[in-house]
Amino acid sequence: MSKAYEAGVKEYRDKYWTPDYVPLDTDLLACFKCTGQPGVPREEVAAAVAAESSTGTWSTVWSELLTDLEFYKGRAYRIEDVPGDSESFYAFIAYPIDLFEEGSVVNVLTSLVGNVFGFKALKHLRLEDIRFPIAYIKTCGGPPAGISLERDRLAKYGRPMLGATIKPKLGLSAKNYGRAVYECLRGGLDMTKDDENVNSQPFMRWRDRFEFVGEAIQKAEQETGERKGHYLNVTAATPEEMYKRAEFAKEVGSPIIMHDFLTGGFTANTGLANWCRENGMLLHIHRAMHAVIDRHPKHGIHFRVLAKCLRLSGGDHLHTGTVVGKLEGDRQSTLGFVDQLRESFVPEDRSRGVFFDQDWGSLPGVMAVASGGIHVWHMPALVTIFGDDSMLQFGGGTQGHPWGNAAGAAANRVALEASVKARNEGRQIEKEAKDILTEAAKNSPELAIAMETWKEIKFEFETVDKLDVA
Amino acid sequence: MAHQTMGDYQTLNTLETFSFLPKFSQDEIYAQINYIIAQGWTPAIEHEHPSNAFDHYWTMWKLPFFGEQNLNRVVEELEACRRSYPDHHVRLTGYDSYTQSQGSCFVVFEAR
Repeated sequence: MSKAYEAGVKEYRDKYWTPDYVPLDTDLLACFKCTGQPGVPREEVAAAVAAESSTGTWSTVWSELLTDLEFYKGRAYRIEDVPGDSESFYAFIAYPIDLFEEGSVVNVLTSLVGNVFGFKALKHLRLEDIRFPIAYIKTCGGPPAGISLERDRLAKYGRPMLGATIKPKLGLSAKNYGRAVYECLRGGLDMTKDDENVNSQPFMRWRDRFEFVGEAIQKAEQETGERKGHYLNVTAATPEEMYKRAEFAKEVGSPIIMHDFLTGGFTANTGLANWCRENGMLLHIHRAMHAVIDRHPKHGIHFRVLAKCLRLSGGDHLHTGTVVGKLEGDRQSTLGFVDQLRESFVPEDRSRGVFFDQDWGSLPGVMAVASGGIHVWHMPALVTIFGDDSMLQFGGGTQGHPWGNAAGAAANRVALEASVKARNEGRQIEKEAKDILTEAAKNSPELAIAMETWKEIKFEFETVDKLDVA
Repeated sequence: MAHQTMGDYQTLNTLETFSFLPKFSQDEIYAQINYIIAQGWTPAIEHEHPSNAFDHYWTMWKLPFFGEQNLNRVVEELEACRRSYPDHHVRLTGYDSYTQSQGSCFVVFEAR
């Protein structure tokens, strides 16, 4: 029997709060941390979030009856307390897979973090995690190459890779910039990186930078006998310009290009990842703007969600913070989303902020990039925290060396190899950091000087966004 | 640091992982082989003339030593490879069939 149309405003929970619902394997699941306005019941808040992020609107409309909204609606199916926080709670919501266009994280985010975030009944709302069903993952291109293929192309095995962002980040001419790249690479870094702010400014237009950097890479490869690269930033004002720069990066012989996925946007990012896959290029992903979105503990999107979306959209490297350096990052939480980048299956683990089992199927892995305020003294800790499938980037920690970039690069390379060697020998390298580095410095004056230069620098502030624990 | 003498860094021609460390002693080589075996990886040996060291493919010494758990067997094969190709670099790989990649790879003997 068909339903009768009743105009008016109903409680969201009548339709969208379904505590008996058992999520399907094909459902997309989301966990939101909700902070409602005083006096609004939790079930109503959770149901409102489910409705406003899926099929619902504030008033019943007649055209709802032309479809089967029971099939399409999102459902709030569970509510949980947030440990140590009486004001907020977690709402778990299941969305049918047909709500989303295949292969489009753009479409998923437009629903899940769209209008609902401005909803008046909510004081704050934070998207903590998404479980993407494997059926959806299979529709996404993912990383253009992935960890294993990158290692094979660059012949880097059994250790993290080493990089540096070229400094000063703004103001160098193209030729001087290429010099800084060449010095880092000849000294023992695997790759260098454009700063995210470097696009094509008046002091250094992109084409000139690409040409000089191309020569720097080739010369360093010939002299060292090792494979090198530099992430040429192709982030641009328009997709057309972005692709033009990508083509030229390939022409000058760089194995890798770079994109800022949040300021550039997921549409540009997914397109560029497809281009990289078709052109045999690696894609390094920077994350400018992330802290605007992910740092507030009660509002926004947790970075683990952005990281998952990036793995689907496509990228071979993603910045994850360093845990030990100058930028925000809690260790357990960081390890939680590093797993999401690299593993093929990640089980639910609340101690790492992982709310769902996540099966990544055959999607390649993304290298975790640790960058920002790190130096040789951090090396053993970084190797322990991030393991081999990571890119450790020392900007100031390379180019601030008293002898210059090449010596700074060599110091980092010696410290890295000494740490990996000691780890493989079964030593506790985080605890024995000082011994390991001091020993290695005996054969490397470059490392000895680096250790002296940065011995005092620490970055110990409380993390603003902590995991929710009682 | 003011009194620090400025040094000149000479570019090194290197062979990837561990080539920035001093040449390994016998015990240090054994420790890395043991690590490969303990990870469940397959030890494999490759060799190549230095003039072709940049190539992705080096020549395999026999087949990878699937299932080999014995450190001494791996050492014997490394020595045998070096004896047969004294003017080649000899490297040891720990092949990881799960990632379809090399979990470890380093040059054990440089060409004479």
